[in-house]
Amino acid sequence: MSNKLNHSMSLAKPDALDISNKQKVALSAGVIGLFILALALFNTNFPNKALFLTLSLGLIIGGIVVYSREAYLSKLEGIKNDGVWFKSISSRGVWGWIVGVILTTFYIVLYFFPKYLGLGVDGAENTGLISLFDPLSHLLSGRNASQWFVYGTLYTVAILAFGYKFILKYRHNRYQQLRTVSVMFFQLGFAFLIPEFMYVMNNDLPYYDLKSIWPLNYYIFDEWSVNGFLSNGNIGIALLIFGILSIFVFTPILTYKYGKRWYCSWVCGCGGLAETAGDSFRQLSSKKMSAWKLERWLIHTVLVFSIVMTAAMVYSYLGYDKNDFWLTRGVFISLVIGFLTIVFAAVMLFKRHELGKDAKYGAIGFFIVIALLLIMHYTGTTDHLFYIKAGALRSAYGIYIGSIFSGVIGTGFYPILGNRSWCRFGCPMAAILGFQQRMFSKFRITTNGGQCISCGNCSNSCEMGIDVRHYAQKGENIVRSSCVGCGICSAVCPRGVLKLENDTMKGRINPTEILLGNDVDLMDLVNQK
Amino acid sequence: MEHIVIIGNGISGVTLARHIRKLSDKKITIVSAEADYFFSRTALMYVYMGHMKFEHTQPYENWFWKKNRIELKKGYVKQVETETKTLHFAEGDTLQYDKLIIATGSKPNKFGWPGQDLNGVMGMYHKQDLETLEAHAPNNDVCKRAVIVGGGLIGIELAEMLNSRSIPVTFLVREDSFWNGVLPQGESEMINRHIKNHHIDLRLSTNLKAINSDENGNVKSVIIEETGEELECNVVGLTAGVTPNIDFIKDSGIEIGRGVKVNRFLETNIPDVYAIGDCAEQHEAIGNRRPIEAVWYTGRMMGEVLAQTICGNKMEYKPGHWFNSAKFLDIEYQTYGWVFGKNGRPDYEQHFHWKHEDDTKCITVAYDKNTNQFLGINTFGIRMRHEVFDKWLTEKRDMDYVMNHLSEANFEPEFYSRFENEILQAYTNQLQTA
Repeated sequence: MSNKLNHSMSLAKPDALDISNKQKVALSAGVIGLFILALALFNTNFPNKALFLTLSLGLIIGGIVVYSREAYLSKLEGIKNDGVWFKSISSRGVWGWIVGVILTTFYIVLYFFPKYLGLGVDGAENTGLISLFDPLSHLLSGRNASQWFVYGTLYTVAILAFGYKFILKYRHNRYQQLRTVSVMFFQLGFAFLIPEFMYVMNNDLPYYDLKSIWPLNYYIFDEWSVNGFLSNGNIGIALLIFGILSIFVFTPILTYKYGKRWYCSWVCGCGGLAETAGDSFRQLSSKKMSAWKLERWLIHTVLVFSIVMTAAMVYSYLGYDKNDFWLTRGVFISLVIGFLTIVFAAVMLFKRHELGKDAKYGAIGFFIVIALLLIMHYTGTTDHLFYIKAGALRSAYGIYIGSIFSGVIGTGFYPILGNRSWCRFGCPMAAILGFQQRMFSKFRITTNGGQCISCGNCSNSCEMGIDVRHYAQKGENIVRSSCVGCGICSAVCPRGVLKLENDTMKGRINPTEILLGNDVDLMDLVNQK
Repeated sequence: MEHIVIIGNGISGVTLARHIRKLSDKKITIVSAEADYFFSRTALMYVYMGHMKFEHTQPYENWFWKKNRIELKKGYVKQVETETKTLHFAEGDTLQYDKLIIATGSKPNKFGWPGQDLNGVMGMYHKQDLETLEAHAPNNDVCKRAVIVGGGLIGIELAEMLNSRSIPVTFLVREDSFWNGVLPQGESEMINRHIKNHHIDLRLSTNLKAINSDENGNVKSVIIEETGEELECNVVGLTAGVTPNIDFIKDSGIEIGRGVKVNRFLETNIPDVYAIGDCAEQHEAIGNRRPIEAVWYTGRMMGEVLAQTICGNKMEYKPGHWFNSAKFLDIEYQTYGWVFGKNGRPDYEQHFHWKHEDDTKCITVAYDKNTNQFLGINTFGIRMRHEVFDKWLTEKRDMDYVMNHLSEANFEPEFYSRFENEILQAYTNQLQTA
């Protein structure tokens, strides 16, 4: 094991943290399940695919279930973080790197070389791994499996099995349990089953995971997608309207009331995987100030990119003539610019003082977007925008953001960068929700007076890399764009200092220098300044 | 430019340094022999348990100190010369100061037990103690059993640490119930049961007689005073309280008692020399507080106050309502105001005690039996709001008000079961039967 990366003071690997025999058996079962998938990948032609698929997934799920029960139910309820920085897999040790490389490779093949997984091209039969999943796909929707079906199934299995593990780990914590049941429900129902059933009912409808909201769902307003909706009568129109309402109406209301957690750690599929399968890696996210700086540049750049890209996509298939359809290119660009300007003006008017020097960066970002939209409008032709083919922009976004960032780096690097690197550095939806959470929401993590002892458990377990302690030890509430409200900081706090709650906006952000418990005159003198 | 030298980079000294920097441009140097950078002492246990790495216990990144022009000097002060305002280091060099602050914290108590300096006997206070523990108790092969002597907060933390590596622990507690000098009986007994539930061998009313050595000077066993029983073990943790860590100023002319004697302004008898935190001893105790307050929070508060004095706004140390917290294995404990256990309980103090049937949650509310005024609350396994109790204590609320408004003080995570009704019911029943 790499000593270089293990900065723990442990001189020897504590043997006492070895797993029990029952856990070893469970682990072996899981490995056999994975091995069946590997055999399929290398084109073993199983005689009864349905049986072997069931066996494989059954062994994986059963292995995780038995392992977790042994790990947590044999002990009293409480925080179960013993040895996370000793174990190779959760401390960037050899196992961490091996798992990281395997996951990353899987994502690269999945996104860019699905034929290696056995995808039958041009009507050919599936082979390999994908063909193993054909029976399940036939059962659900009557069609052959695709690489996305395989991925969706494994993804769902991971959220369900590791979700169960997480529920046991936090069996004393009702917030954690409800939240986990919620992500398990949304993954199984909304992301996995409902789209399959929708296909059975109407196979012209585009795949639509109802909980996947633009701009996370970056293709929902693409021409093929919108056409798909429009050509399907009322149900299609209803779905399209639902998609638009989701981002412009439902999201702001829910985020105002509950913070972005209603989505990021209760509903979202990316969040769901991070919170369940990724839970063992949460401590790996960097808490350095430099990482926070990088985060703010990166995520807002992606946001700008995704707004401009979506506007360009919609723009590219709109006409010039308002006799054909009221929404022409001119009207559309005016609507977008008008909307952004209203948001920008409202923030500058009401929240200018909270932003400090960040207001300047916000203004720069805003004017860049407006300038890009105007340039697009005045230089664009029928099929070229920004002097390149409109589709090229969209596929660049799809490859670099949709695939490489969210999948390959976001999930593949779980054991290296922590479980939320996509959510933290790349997700444009998180950027929008986070912006609102910081500016206009009742949500905060309340700090309990002067009770913090600066131990650092909160910061250590923050998957979004927030230095929670920095606020808590000043008696200050935590109001940060990136907080997904997972509540683990509150759970691991040994002194009961942190509480996630929705309360009034007033006094939500409360910087203090002198903490509660000291001389009241001193508190008045210093804190009132 | 005035040079402020602070000996000790714990919470008191560092809080002081940060506040002086906010208020002034003075030159600041923090001296420590223990660690290069400030770390949270209370978090050392989590390093051994593998929840965190040592670097995670450091609340500020390493660039913080340079950015804020706080100089860090690693060295052991062996002598303070107050006439020439000079510090002499064990390493041979010296340092001049204009104002000196002693913030050297505590060290573990040793009561002269035979064998108390053997290899494998340790306290759990300094970073070096953690390193010693790691060497002597890396796992349950090397350390077959550990014996902990002293039933206080550090003792139970050490027990939890060793337990996390499946090292069998025998826990010797002098009192007939865990920490019952401080905790009321109901709470103390609940913690006794909780300790045993964790398979820790808790021995109440039991004292250490001697520690035996093997041929290499390592711990071999301990002898129990009451029974004469010999317990084989490889590690002995001495956690029977702490004493101010001030041996180095004994010949400096700075007045000392158990700690460095200070007045309400945290000044010592020597001009320009101050003491804060665990090592400071008030000439006269403030209210119900002890003259030496070895608590994280009070160290921080003294740092906050003294910064004002040093920067020209002379201010008394006048702490507000008492509060504290701890965690006993899986049970969190918070206290606001005064609730006394066996020791020092005033006659007028009466208790209302409620315990949940699962035996992991309870509260004790103290009130004045003559005036019915609310005096304080201990809460176990239920988080409560500091701000609310601080306010009620200031407003001198009575017991009925507190019991009827307890839900306002709830600080539990969302969706947790609430017990205010049950508690109020128990309170009302008690009044009727009383």
